[in-house]
Amino acid sequence: MKLVIIDYGAGNIKSIQFAFKRLGYKAILSSDPKEIKRADKVIFPGVGEASSAMQKLKESGLDILIPKLKQPVLGICLGMQLLCKSTEEGNTIGLGVFNVEVKRFSNKVKVPQMGWNTVTNLKSKLFENVKEDAFMYLIHSYYAEANTQSIATTNYGLNYASALQKDNFYGVQFHPEKSSIDGEQILKNFLEL
Amino acid sequence: MLTKRIIPCLDIKNGRTVKGVNFVNLIDAGDPVELAKQYALEGADELVFLDISATLEGRNTTLEMVLKVAEQVNIPFTVGGGISSIEDVDRLLKSGADKVSINSSAVKRPELISELSEKFGSQCITVAIDAKQINNEWVVHLAGGSIPTQLNLFTWAKEVEQRGAGEILFTSMNNDGTKAGFANEALEKLSSELNIPIIASGGAGTIQHFIDTFKVGKADAALAASVFHFGEIPILELKQELQNNDIPVRL
Repeated sequence: MKLVIIDYGAGNIKSIQFAFKRLGYKAILSSDPKEIKRADKVIFPGVGEASSAMQKLKESGLDILIPKLKQPVLGICLGMQLLCKSTEEGNTIGLGVFNVEVKRFSNKVKVPQMGWNTVTNLKSKLFENVKEDAFMYLIHSYYAEANTQSIATTNYGLNYASALQKDNFYGVQFHPEKSSIDGEQILKNFLEL
Repeated sequence: MLTKRIIPCLDIKNGRTVKGVNFVNLIDAGDPVELAKQYALEGADELVFLDISATLEGRNTTLEMVLKVAEQVNIPFTVGGGISSIEDVDRLLKSGADKVSINSSAVKRPELISELSEKFGSQCITVAIDAKQINNEWVVHLAGGSIPTQLNLFTWAKEVEQRGAGEILFTSMNNDGTKAGFANEALEKLSSELNIPIIASGGAGTIQHFIDTFKVGKADAALAASVFHFGEIPILELKQELQNNDIPVRL
């Protein structure tokens, strides 16, 4: 299986690569559109600020390529948020795969949310062998609103979408690569889609 | 519900764990990777590695250690100690650290916090603050609590938040090493005045101390070293007891 992690200079991709290595898979880092297109599975990571990450995607033309991909794509953290319609962070227009707006948590809760929280209403094959209310590791200040494309929700002051799916596109707000055994199960499920 | 985090802290010198670590089932208790894996299995929510190497060579060895931890451990970890530039942070994050913790360098040049959070995102920038209560005032200290500054803990913590830090690791020098409990009054004040997560550090001796720091101190996470390293408080038992006291934990 050819597994590619999109490398566009946004954040900690080493951890994702290592997580797949622990599962026995080699993940290639690439920013080459041809190589990404040829992959069986694509990981779209992202850590940091949304508008500058989007700028980096545009510079390499990846903003055009990613929404057209046909194989399973997994957006992680900011990667998931960039697959949404828009985000309040830097007033950024997203890739529009998920029909959801990303908003900032209100100051009624501590921002960023940092730590382990539960995922519920699990709806997709991505969560096979993962129990309702499993714990995932999250660090984020912005959240995707829950909608019909939600395949998991989490509560932090309000219920929001901690995972989304549309066709071959999957997005998770949490970090499966840092979420212990349940996180590894999700990565494994993605590889088996 | 977001759970409260339990964070063991490991001191690292030249890529090895220092201070007594007394783990029964480990082949090499000086190997940070082995220890980290053990803690992850026992239910630690995060780990902090504090690099106390004094030489460049020692720091490079630590960088190799960070890479190995990232390769083998499936929970998040923070690396602190001697970080003073964007390049330092870049190297650590590229080696797989999830967060970095800065302390003295932020006091000396507060702009560093802004620069780092803009470049890497607030979520991976922890600012550690060591403070000592002197004549009823909490004074920020440097170099492990030996050098007092002109800064007041609460004023400095607010600036740290405004400059974009993702969380604060507050160590009370009055409590550190005493095993008499965390500085809950100051922690509670920090938590009510700021809107970023606060990690309590210094003073852990019993399970009750952890209950108190979450209930009274309103801490978001609690960090400790020796009570975990010597097996005085098993993490699983601690978390079960926290849950019995209605404190949300990951079990």
